[in-house]
Amino acid sequence: MTRPPTTLTPDVLVIGAGPAGLTAAAALAPDLQGEVLVLDREQHAGGIPRHSDHTGYGIRDLHRVMTGPAYARRLVDRATAAGATVRTQATVTDWAGDHAVDVTTPQGRLRVEARAVVLATGARERPRPARRIPGDRPHGIYTTGQLQNTVHLHHAPVGTRAVIVGAELVSFSAHLTLREAGCSTALMVSQHAHTESYKAFSLAGRALLRVPVAHRTRVTRIIGKPRVRAVEIEDLDTGARRTVECDTVVLTGDWIPDHELARSAGLELDPGTLGPLVDTALRTSRPGVFAAGNLLHPVDTADIAALDGLHVAGQVRNWLHGDQGTPHAGVRLLAAEPLRWVSPGLIRPGDPAPPRRRLLLWTDDLVRVPRVTVRQADRVVSRHTLPWPAAPGRVFRVPWSVLRGVDPHGGPVTLDVR
Amino acid sequence: MNTPTRRDPAHVYDVAVIGGGVVGAAIARDLSGHDLSVALVEARDDVGDGTSKANTAILHTGFDATPGTLESRLVQRGYALLSAYARDTGIPVEHTGAVLVAWTTEELQALPGLKDKAERNGYHQCRLIDADEVHRLVPALADGALGGLTVPDESIICTWTTTLALATDAHQRGTQVLLGHAVTGVAVGPHHTTLTTTRGTVHARWVVNAAGLGADTVDRLFGHDRFTVTPRRGELFVFDKLARPLANKIVLPVPTSRGKGVLISPTVYGNVMLGPTSQDLTDRAATDTSQDGFDFLLAKGERLMPRLLTEEVTATYAGLRAAIDHGDYLIEPTPDQRYLLVGGIRSTGLTAGMAIAEHVTQLLRTAGLTLNPRADLPPPPRMPNIGESTPRPYQDHQRITEDPAYGQVVCFCERVTAGEIRDACHAPLPARNLEGLRRRTRAMNGRCQGFFCGAAVTQLLHAHGNRGGTADPEENR
Repeated sequence: MTRPPTTLTPDVLVIGAGPAGLTAAAALAPDLQGEVLVLDREQHAGGIPRHSDHTGYGIRDLHRVMTGPAYARRLVDRATAAGATVRTQATVTDWAGDHAVDVTTPQGRLRVEARAVVLATGARERPRPARRIPGDRPHGIYTTGQLQNTVHLHHAPVGTRAVIVGAELVSFSAHLTLREAGCSTALMVSQHAHTESYKAFSLAGRALLRVPVAHRTRVTRIIGKPRVRAVEIEDLDTGARRTVECDTVVLTGDWIPDHELARSAGLELDPGTLGPLVDTALRTSRPGVFAAGNLLHPVDTADIAALDGLHVAGQVRNWLHGDQGTPHAGVRLLAAEPLRWVSPGLIRPGDPAPPRRRLLLWTDDLVRVPRVTVRQADRVVSRHTLPWPAAPGRVFRVPWSVLRGVDPHGGPVTLDVR
Repeated sequence: MNTPTRRDPAHVYDVAVIGGGVVGAAIARDLSGHDLSVALVEARDDVGDGTSKANTAILHTGFDATPGTLESRLVQRGYALLSAYARDTGIPVEHTGAVLVAWTTEELQALPGLKDKAERNGYHQCRLIDADEVHRLVPALADGALGGLTVPDESIICTWTTTLALATDAHQRGTQVLLGHAVTGVAVGPHHTTLTTTRGTVHARWVVNAAGLGADTVDRLFGHDRFTVTPRRGELFVFDKLARPLANKIVLPVPTSRGKGVLISPTVYGNVMLGPTSQDLTDRAATDTSQDGFDFLLAKGERLMPRLLTEEVTATYAGLRAAIDHGDYLIEPTPDQRYLLVGGIRSTGLTAGMAIAEHVTQLLRTAGLTLNPRADLPPPPRMPNIGESTPRPYQDHQRITEDPAYGQVVCFCERVTAGEIRDACHAPLPARNLEGLRRRTRAMNGRCQGFFCGAAVTQLLHAHGNRGGTADPEENR
């Protein structure tokens, strides 16, 4: 491959123009002499909220409630007004140095050599093959992202009777989209035993969301060709199987970060989140490369991702202003079952608190009244009972203060919840 | 040349080739290099849409064929022909080499015999290696290999582009490609044969049956009863591109008394494949995947290369191989019916296709078909590159400057551009639906399987005047 003929040299390159990337750019651009360049491979900036055509966006970061598309537009406008350059249809294809990448655009190939890089590439839902669901391979199977793209951005039809796999926040978002497209939801299928994960769901009011949910159930087979005719589902406790007729299947949740660039850079990954391992300053293992948003915690809400962006902006600023010493090795944070991961995964003495002074965790089981225990070696550092549940399908947020008392020069710290 | 540009139902072709898979396309291409009118009669809506689209995509040296068989000869010859043709047309090929890995004493003891067999097949490059070298060649392999046998010329190829190149070449040489024409009846007349199809009749003086899974059914329509095709289902896992560094060579199992095992192979698209299973079926449309198949592959993968299983699965699919109750290819002319059967072409057919075509042409000549080579042949088509070993449009600054559509990435995971989608929709044998588009461009075949691009790709397909996903989408990765 030849070197691209054009080289851009911004101060900061932000990869991904979703809530995290745009918010970081908006915060950085006024303070820097050089350019803040945001690249996004999509045709329009704004990220996932662009096609989530329901309300509930902007609460924590903009302190108002708006629809996804309006929120996306607002974030783009704000970044642009702050002086950042937002460039769409710009696909980062390869690394060309520690802070340099090659990019494909309709105007040709570009090299971008920045002083610092923020990865804000977000997350996606695992598609059917990655979930290893056997059976026929018909039309009519979507992830929420594809469904919402199809309905909200392309105004194309879907089916008439759907089964939604998953019963978490995003699953209800899928349900709303289906309803708008004239498709009824025959059943939601959840492997979990409880409804807690969606009781908190208030986007469009619970009354609108009366959908039958089969708990402790999984899809064991997809049937039909060329179009979906039914799914076979299994009761996880009894093993009993039955088929449910449908012409549409929406696979929701089961998030994986879009970590290709993080991996191709050789960044150290967090085996729990599968995103890059970061500290509370959102530094990755490569100096000058930071990460923010749902790439780090797949997935929390858009406003939380945006506030990551605000947080990382301050850290990038510090780094550009000369605070480039090798950080202290720090202490690993680990999650014990039923917790799957904790983000950030590293704390270092002298570092700031994490975004919103919260640790983000993911649980595989419902714990109604969670008691969080922090251990270092054999020592219990702290125990805190929290007044909100730890529920599967959404991030469990824990105050940073639970780590008070951790020895910053000690061994790994483990969090568990009972 | 006497080929109608628009199909005239009364036209009598010199030869009708039934089956638009890799073998039928190669035969039609070869025949239309002569002064003949040729029809390629395909039941489905696209060429290469049956067994040819879902296999292990290996370009075989033929080292492990049964020596002395027609298959052994044609695979060896086909390897040379297809390798050269791939260079001419741009079919993605990577000469990765293979290593057979022995995990048991029985397998280890079988290796010298396999080397001898390779030599009897005319292949002399195999080398016996010890366990250390096996692990050096494939560092990600599980511990415990006992030894191996290298096959340096085993290669990987794009099976989709291969069939498409051969069919496009045939088309440009004047072959009439008749899609959606499933043959339901045969009437052999004194001067020509009439094929009844789901889209009208096709008349031809000679008929070649290369119908793959349907070859025995068509053979019976000609009044024969000489073999039965048993569909053998093979399920495969395709792992994420991030797994590719784990497998830079094809890792083959040692065939033993307990049958063939599963292989791990890189793909020309930059993924890693694990499979296939092997299950004899009766249903010739059973290309669904199964829990048993998945469990089997995962257990095998765990023993062969546990690190592979920590990567994401990008696709799972099942293909049907046309196994027959016969130890060799079954290629037989019946001159008094002006008919020739090409049956029992197993997974080696991808490699052997062009040699089978040569062989068929020779048999037809002997059987009485007049064959005059044409002097005015068009050059072979230059196929769009969908492999990773040579630059793709998104990497080509010059090309993007000339046509910005090649800089407009639509499918992010596979880096497929709007220009490539447009080209595939307007090619000589265009993509007629989403599945055909996927095989021609890789769009939507990546790790997100359409999460980001599915809606946009579908819209582009419509914008170029083609149907959305109305055809059978089976087995596309």
